[in-house]
Formats: sequence, C-alpha cells, structure tokens
Amino acid sequence: MNHSVTKTDAVTKKGKKKRNWSSKIPTIVFLTPFTILFVCFTILPILAAVGLSFTYFNMLEPPVFVGLDNYIRMFFDDDVFLISLRNTAIFAIITGPISYILSFMVAWLINEFRRSVRTVLTLIFYLPSLAGNVYFVWTYIFSGDSYGFMNSTLMRLGIITDPIMWLTDTKYMMGVVIVVILWLSMGTGFLSFVAGLQSMDRSLYEAAAVDGIKNRFAELYYVTLPQMVPQLLFGAVITISTSFAVGYECMNLTGFPSTDYGTHTLVLHILDFGGVRFEMGYACAIAVFLFTLMLLLWNVINKTLSKWL
Amino acid sequence: MSTSTVKLLPRKGYKRPKVKRLNRSIQGTMVIFFILAILGSFMLLPIVYVIVTAFKPMNEIFIYPPKFWVQNPTIANFITLIEITQETWVPFERSLFNSIFVSVVGTILYIFIASMAAYPLAKKSSKFLRFYDQVLVLAILFRPEVTQTPLYIIMSKMHLINTYSSIMLPILAGSFGVFLMRQFMVTIPDEMLEAARVDGASEYKIFGSLVMPLVKPAWMTLTIFTFNSLWNTGDTQYIYDEGMKTLTSVLQSISSAGIARAGAGAAVALMLMIPPVIVFIISQSSVMETMSHSGLKG
Repeated sequence: MNHSVTKTDAVTKKGKKKRNWSSKIPTIVFLTPFTILFVCFTILPILAAVGLSFTYFNMLEPPVFVGLDNYIRMFFDDDVFLISLRNTAIFAIITGPISYILSFMVAWLINEFRRSVRTVLTLIFYLPSLAGNVYFVWTYIFSGDSYGFMNSTLMRLGIITDPIMWLTDTKYMMGVVIVVILWLSMGTGFLSFVAGLQSMDRSLYEAAAVDGIKNRFAELYYVTLPQMVPQLLFGAVITISTSFAVGYECMNLTGFPSTDYGTHTLVLHILDFGGVRFEMGYACAIAVFLFTLMLLLWNVINKTLSKWL
Repeated sequence: MSTSTVKLLPRKGYKRPKVKRLNRSIQGTMVIFFILAILGSFMLLPIVYVIVTAFKPMNEIFIYPPKFWVQNPTIANFITLIEITQETWVPFERSLFNSIFVSVVGTILYIFIASMAAYPLAKKSSKFLRFYDQVLVLAILFRPEVTQTPLYIIMSKMHLINTYSSIMLPILAGSFGVFLMRQFMVTIPDEMLEAARVDGASEYKIFGSLVMPLVKPAWMTLTIFTFNSLWNTGDTQYIYDEGMKTLTSVLQSISSAGIARAGAGAAVALMLMIPPVIVFIISQSSVMETMSHSGLKG
C-alpha cells in the first residue's frame, strides 16, 4: 500500500468514495459476531433485570407485577438503603476523582522514562489490580489485635496503648477501606492511559517544541490532553463504574454486614437482597437506580470533558 | 502560546527537527522520580508483604511483634498447598488446564471479536452506529449482580452450564473491550484510511494491515485485561462440575479457611499472580516505542 498520497488527493477522492459506500456488507460482517454475543448475554439479561425491577420475584415462584412498589420501598421503607446510598456517595466522591487524576498523573509521569523502566513502573502500579484478590493482605496489616502490623507499629512507637479495631470500629472502617480502594485504583483506566500515551504522535511534540512550548506542563495542556480525549472518556466510564461499585472490598475487609452498616454500599445491598434474601425484584430496582445515577454522572462528565478539551 | 497555533502544527512539507527529549529540566525529572518513589512504595509494599508471607514458616506468622521480613524462608506453604490439591479427586493438572484453556482461548477470541466490532463503530457513521455507541457505554455501567439470574436462565436454556463457554461468554459478550478499541481507533486519521481505499484496499485489508497494527498498544492492553479477568474467574454459578472448575476457584477455596492458612493464602496469591504478570510483561514489551502513527498524521 502506498501511504504517500497527499492530503489534497485524499480529500478530493473522499466525496466520491462516500457515495460509493452503498455496500454495507463489511460493516455487517465486522459487527455480527460481537452483536450476537452482546445481545444474548449482555443486553437480554439487562432488559430482564429492568423488567424484574417492577415485580416481586423470589426466584422460586414466577414474578408478580407490583408497579413502582420497589422504588417506593427504597426511599420510604428501607433505612439501610439510605445508609448504603450515603456510603456509596462518599466512596464515589472521594475515590473516584482521586483515582482518576492519580491514574492519569502516574501514567503521564511514567511515560517520561525509557521503555524498560516504564514497563517495570507500570507493572508496580498495576500489580494490586492485576493480582486478583490479593488485597486480603490489608486484613493482616489492619488486623484489630496487637498482631496487626499497623497496631504493633503504632504501639511500639508509643502513639497508641491499646490496639485499634481498624476494621470493626465505625470511626476507622471507612478510612481503611478508602485507602485499600485507592491502592486498587490503578487498574483499567491507568493502563489505557499508558497505552494512549504510547500511541501518541511524537511529531506533535517536536512541532510543539519548535513552536515555543516551554515546559512539560504547557506540553501536557496544549498537546497531550487534547490528543487523549478518547482515552480520557474511556477512563471516565471505567472510573464511574468502579467507584460506584465499591462493595466487595468492603465485604472482604470489614465483613458482611459490617458494624452498624458502616461500610454498607448499594452493591452490597443488591447482593443482600438478590443473593441472600432472594428478593430479586427489589435487588433489580436498586440496580436500576444505581445505573441511573451513574448514567446521569456520565452524561455530565462526557459533556464537560468534550467541551473543555 | 495559544491553542490555535498547535492545531495548525502538522503543516505539509514541514521538516521536523530531530530532537530526542524536549522541554525537560533535570530538576523536574528529580521531582517526578521522588513522587513516583513514594507512590510506588505504597503500591508495592503490601505485595512484597504477600510474597514474604508466602515463604514464612508457621511460627513466624504467629510471632509477636509481627516482623515484615522472613527470618527462615521455607517452601512449606507451597508443599502444604500441593498436598491438599492432591487429596481432592480432581487432579491439580486438570484445573490448571481448565484455567489456561479458558484464559488463552477466551483472550484470543475476544481480541478478534472486539476489534472487529470496534472498527465500524469508530470509523463509519450512521444513526444506527451512533446509537450502538451509546448502548456500549450503558452496558458497561449496568451492574452484573442482578443480570446473573437472567444470564443463568439463558445459559441453561442453551445447555451451556458446566461448559468452558459459560466462563468465557460473560466476558466475550462484554462491551468494555469494544469501547476501549473504539476509543483508540477514533484517533486514527481518516485521511490514512481514505488513502488506502483510493489504492484499492478492501475494508478487510484496511482493518487487518492498517488499523490493527496502528492500535497495537490498545489490543495489547486489552489482552492484559481479558486474560486477567478470565484467569481470575473464581467460582461461578455456571459451573458446579468439579472437573470443570478453574485453578483460581480451587485454590481460593483452599486458602479462604481463615488466618491459620495465612501462609497458604499468600502462597496461593503468589502462584496465581505469576501467569498474569508473564502476560503483562510479554504484551508490554512487544509494544514498540515507535508505535505512534508518526509522520502519517499530516
């Protein structure tokens, strides 16, 4: 293939080609395999869940239509739901923006290094998310007895005299879980930022330097960020979906249910009703509510990011 | 310096000077190194603690005050683990094979399927495709906890329970990878594709020999994600036949027996970490430094 066709040539031919593009066959071929799987195993279950949210369904008897009862129950008849909503909001507001900015910042800083160094650094930051359920190690570190790493260190230094119940005392639980979530946050978004920076057009930097970009911050603002919009949007979706989905970490660290529902979140509430109490209809209604919440936020972020850059 | 200047930058017939590292001060590099060192140790130390614990003998796990480093390293934890897996009626090799098969085949399939779907979504425009784009994002945001029940019904109707497909399908049908690939393919300049079309290349040829090489960092990253999530698939509701269970599921059920198994738990974590790390290193180092579509953008 000859890539040396100049821009003007391509543009004149573009109009003609566009009209010839009557045959949609390649598009159909490209889309078919995924679409079949996507519709059967993703879209259908989602539609089913949305439908079930208007029913009472205990998974043994057929679902009974109850209208908006599940949604009304959420706000007027379920105090734990409101606690879990508050906790989810706290987790999302704190961990979401921090992990998003940190992921991009680290990816950007790492990009300054040679490839071999960069691979090692990327691995170090990605390891916590890569290694499955390895965050159980934090239960040793924050163990509530004096054998716990944090307690024994603080006691040796004379800062505390009695061990702190990090994972069961409502004063500390939230903080500990937030630390662990931030530790786990250099995941998907981070790696896609690294990949995005790797596929940047290097000639733009050279040209920018010639045109008077003075330091790396100016370069970041004027060259890198505008080029990274697609990856930044991808990272935003991932950050929203993970920071609102905090739950399993809480369950494995602070137990289920946690003391006074101190780290109970919406996802855990869904799990409680869907997996433990077999009230599938109500669980689906909470999921639909959570989904709507994320969707609204995504629309705001999508509009802001696209406009700002 | 204004933004408008930058947008005009890749001018035609513009000779680029050969400059290696631009706008970089040594002080700035030092600061970066310092920040990365602090953040890096926060990330790394717990992992090191897991590795160290995996080699600790029982008496050191219960020592007071707890010590970070191991005094007398031992592989007793690993031996215990292998002994336990020998006692179960499903051989260790069988679950290892299950895990490797599902992870490798699933990853390769997903890269193909997701990239193919991403190409028209990124580079063709029609009302239907824009709608499809929106649906992809929505599907990422919806919670899997409540879709599992409908998914189970669909799978059992299709007789997929207790098959490898039941582990792979929820991931293969996920829109996450398609959206990732789409976001990278969007950045490829249309002029390049047009040029190839003018030269008579078919859409399949453009996809295979132009688009895919250009977005190699993206699908190498997707390889890591997909392998990782398939490998880390533990117990699922779709598999109850012991012989079909993954290594992760078998090992995690052993290690989840409380603090007395802290050493074994760390050993499991360490062993399960190795394949994803290998995949990570292979895919990261095969992404070339010069993968950018340098020079072709203008």
